[in-house]
Amino acid sequence: MTYHRPLRPAIRNVSRRNFLAGAGAGSLVLSVGLPVWAQEKKFAGAGMPNGLREDVKIFVAIADDGTVTITCHRSEMGQGIRTSLPMVVADELEADWAKVKVAQAPGDEARFGNQDTDGSRSMRHHFMTLRRMGAAARAMLIQAAATSWGVPAQQVEAVNHELVHRASNRKIGYGAVAKAAAALPVPGNVKLKDPAQFRYIGKGQIGLIDGMDITTGRAGFGIDTRLDGMLYAVVARPPVYGGKVASFDAAEAMKVKGVLKVVQLDTTPPPSEFGPLGGVAVVASNTWAAIKGREALKITWDNGANAAYSSDSYKAALEASVRKPGKVVRNQGDAEAALASAAKRIEAEYYVPHLAQAPMEPPAAVVRVRDGACEAWACTQSPQAARIRLAKFLGIPAEKVTVHVTMLGGGFGRKSKPDYVVEAGLLSKAMDGAPVKVTWTREDDLRNGFLHTVTMQRLEAGLDASGKLVAWRHRSAFPSIASLFAPNVKVPFAIELGMGLVNLPFDIPNIRAETPEAESHARIGWYRSVANIQHAFAIQSFVTEIAQALGKDPKDYLLELIGPARKINPTSVGDVWNHGEDPAVYQIDTGRLRGVIEAVAKGANWGRSMAKGHGLGIAAHYSFVSYIAVVAEVQADDKGGISIPRIDIAIDCGPQINPERIRAQMEGGVIMGVSNAMLSELTFKDGRVVQSNYDGYEVARMDSAPREVHVHLVPASDYTLPLGGVGEPGVPPVGPALANAIAAATGKRIRQLPMRRRLAG
Amino acid sequence: MAFKIKLNGQDRSVDVEGDMPLLWLLRDVLGMTGTKFGCGAALCGACTVHVDGVAVRACQTAVSDVDGRTITTIEGLSPDGKHPVQVAWRDLNVAQCGYCQVGQIMSAAALLAQNAKPSDADIDAAMSGNICRCGTYPRIRAAIHRAAAGGRR
Repeated sequence: MTYHRPLRPAIRNVSRRNFLAGAGAGSLVLSVGLPVWAQEKKFAGAGMPNGLREDVKIFVAIADDGTVTITCHRSEMGQGIRTSLPMVVADELEADWAKVKVAQAPGDEARFGNQDTDGSRSMRHHFMTLRRMGAAARAMLIQAAATSWGVPAQQVEAVNHELVHRASNRKIGYGAVAKAAAALPVPGNVKLKDPAQFRYIGKGQIGLIDGMDITTGRAGFGIDTRLDGMLYAVVARPPVYGGKVASFDAAEAMKVKGVLKVVQLDTTPPPSEFGPLGGVAVVASNTWAAIKGREALKITWDNGANAAYSSDSYKAALEASVRKPGKVVRNQGDAEAALASAAKRIEAEYYVPHLAQAPMEPPAAVVRVRDGACEAWACTQSPQAARIRLAKFLGIPAEKVTVHVTMLGGGFGRKSKPDYVVEAGLLSKAMDGAPVKVTWTREDDLRNGFLHTVTMQRLEAGLDASGKLVAWRHRSAFPSIASLFAPNVKVPFAIELGMGLVNLPFDIPNIRAETPEAESHARIGWYRSVANIQHAFAIQSFVTEIAQALGKDPKDYLLELIGPARKINPTSVGDVWNHGEDPAVYQIDTGRLRGVIEAVAKGANWGRSMAKGHGLGIAAHYSFVSYIAVVAEVQADDKGGISIPRIDIAIDCGPQINPERIRAQMEGGVIMGVSNAMLSELTFKDGRVVQSNYDGYEVARMDSAPREVHVHLVPASDYTLPLGGVGEPGVPPVGPALANAIAAATGKRIRQLPMRRRLAG
Repeated sequence: MAFKIKLNGQDRSVDVEGDMPLLWLLRDVLGMTGTKFGCGAALCGACTVHVDGVAVRACQTAVSDVDGRTITTIEGLSPDGKHPVQVAWRDLNVAQCGYCQVGQIMSAAALLAQNAKPSDADIDAAMSGNICRCGTYPRIRAAIHRAAAGGRR
């Protein structure tokens, strides 16, 4: 077997792996780290399925030559996690980064703890466990050196990959004592570094661990996997969600040179969870032959119940829905009465269409099923989810399934659903155990994905005679992700409510949030920032609209609505989810929200005089327990065109572990926000997705991206404060900041995304 | 059918269907997976290679059209990853997921080969065929300027 350009797999049973792996397993499990979450309701990492593992034996190995191998159990999809997580261990270990290698863990949550890489959680959940493991390893190396020298451990320091005894001027490298250290018990109480001694944490000088492989084309993505005897497949999937094959004729497809077999795959009926859509697969000796074979298939589809789904009529249905009361999900004061008696009412409706993650690497996986076992290589955000589904659909025990995690060419939520991995498994089985690579074409990705939902919102504000905002009613209607898992779901579930709808942090006496009904006719999934996208767009647009109606500065008015610095317990406003975090630890801190608004306003020089045709817009949003504010500058030309000279973004995510990657995530979040706001829209007609590639489904390019993106990091005072998320929260405020900037530049208020389509005329 | 190409400095003879896109010849037949599949329609630039020094989209270039031509892929851009564009990319940590960056680097290298000091407008024109969904455009722009300045910017 040759597996080309794999990530370095996690090492097991390698003779040179002295440190920790060589000792008895039982003595090495650390007992530290249980207290906060070992209670009835678990939060943070411990609250995730299979929780946290804190076991040096599993995560750290040191070889005779001093090479430190740190296992990364989270998926790399551009957030830099293969650099940032090992960097934390290396810092506490006092390791020389040049001698650190990173191994990628396969999907095995019993061994590694939760591996589901989404929700902007990796650093937030693992910072302390990684620190403690690094510190434990350091302590063991120190003890081993002290023993060999016959001196007290307190006299030995670990300094940059060496153990040093200053009194006797002795030094020894990590590799030389690794074997002895491995024989020692793991200390139960480890002393963490004083943050003043950090080498890497908070510094941002570490380059990407995969930088050389990426820039030379050697980085191994899922789609790059090659095995001996591997076959290539594409699948014709039902064009309408819930549809299935009525009949098909493979005769012409089989005539295509290179086509080996045509295989019908069963459809998982809705609610289909993460199951494959079924259809007709073409297996061939190369991808091109498979694609040509698929084009030659003649398939008659039974389209099922969603064949009437069309975006135009559905938008009208959502409009009707939000103009009637819905399920009340937050009710503070009496917004109905306050609206009825208001001196002035302002109302607006906002529409956000379906969006697709469209990662540059489309879904792809290689699976080999033979001898009652299954081995998969996949660009997956959740290898354990892939493992469980492979086991289920292949009818073999999960213990017999190995999922290797490759690099991900983008994920954005799409690759947490392993339907494409299951397809490859089913096809390997159908091909008598030959390894099969399934590649989704871009058309497949857009037509058969797990889409961001489609949302209509109606906001109403009531002002008293003095102009003070006394009532706020927000109705949000959208097909829920929960419709993947249960039939007849018509309203959002807690996760979606806690993404900006119920946890509105405004100082308004009467607040009411409702979720009118919305039926689901497509596969709805997670897309980076999820329901925060539509909620931030509506709320933050509406704030500037009210400010403009009152003749107030939008930034000042936003601060006025947020009100004084205070802490809001999320459960007090009906957010029972709170991003999985302990509401006692993670409260909504309006002081920090105010802080990022002030930081971005300062950075962008808010209030400066603008040239004709230029406008500034501001927005702020709390999500993934981080605080973000954005100022967008747009420039309108004479023909109604808009360009974006500059966007400023400020983040307060608590302690900043790898500021360099935080900046990168903010830059990328801004540009994805620009795509969402200005360009992207997926529509349905007769149950089918209309767009098929990057011509119809447009995303930001070099010439449509902001020319400048300025990131402002709001520092945290110490590393014991709770961490916030980074990967997702940059996206939501970008859309409303742009809408507000366009309104400032042109006088035109756009309440429907993507805005580019509404600019002309 | 048999075709002859000069690939990364080596004469190669390949026997495939003439309508096979160069992309799949490279990836599936020759096992050179540095060149990426992104759209199959010349819309995203992930598959960018050089044919006779010009940046082209391998997904829309039939093998029959490159018979006898000189092709450079990321594997042949430099022997050690030290092409000035690659160095600038690493200096500025341009990549996020990294998937599109091979195509970005090939487009940028072709741009700089023709235009040693590109303006921002030149960069817009040359690079807007390459999509980066992670949104690394500001750093790509900066890295091109840096490479053009001999790694000093």
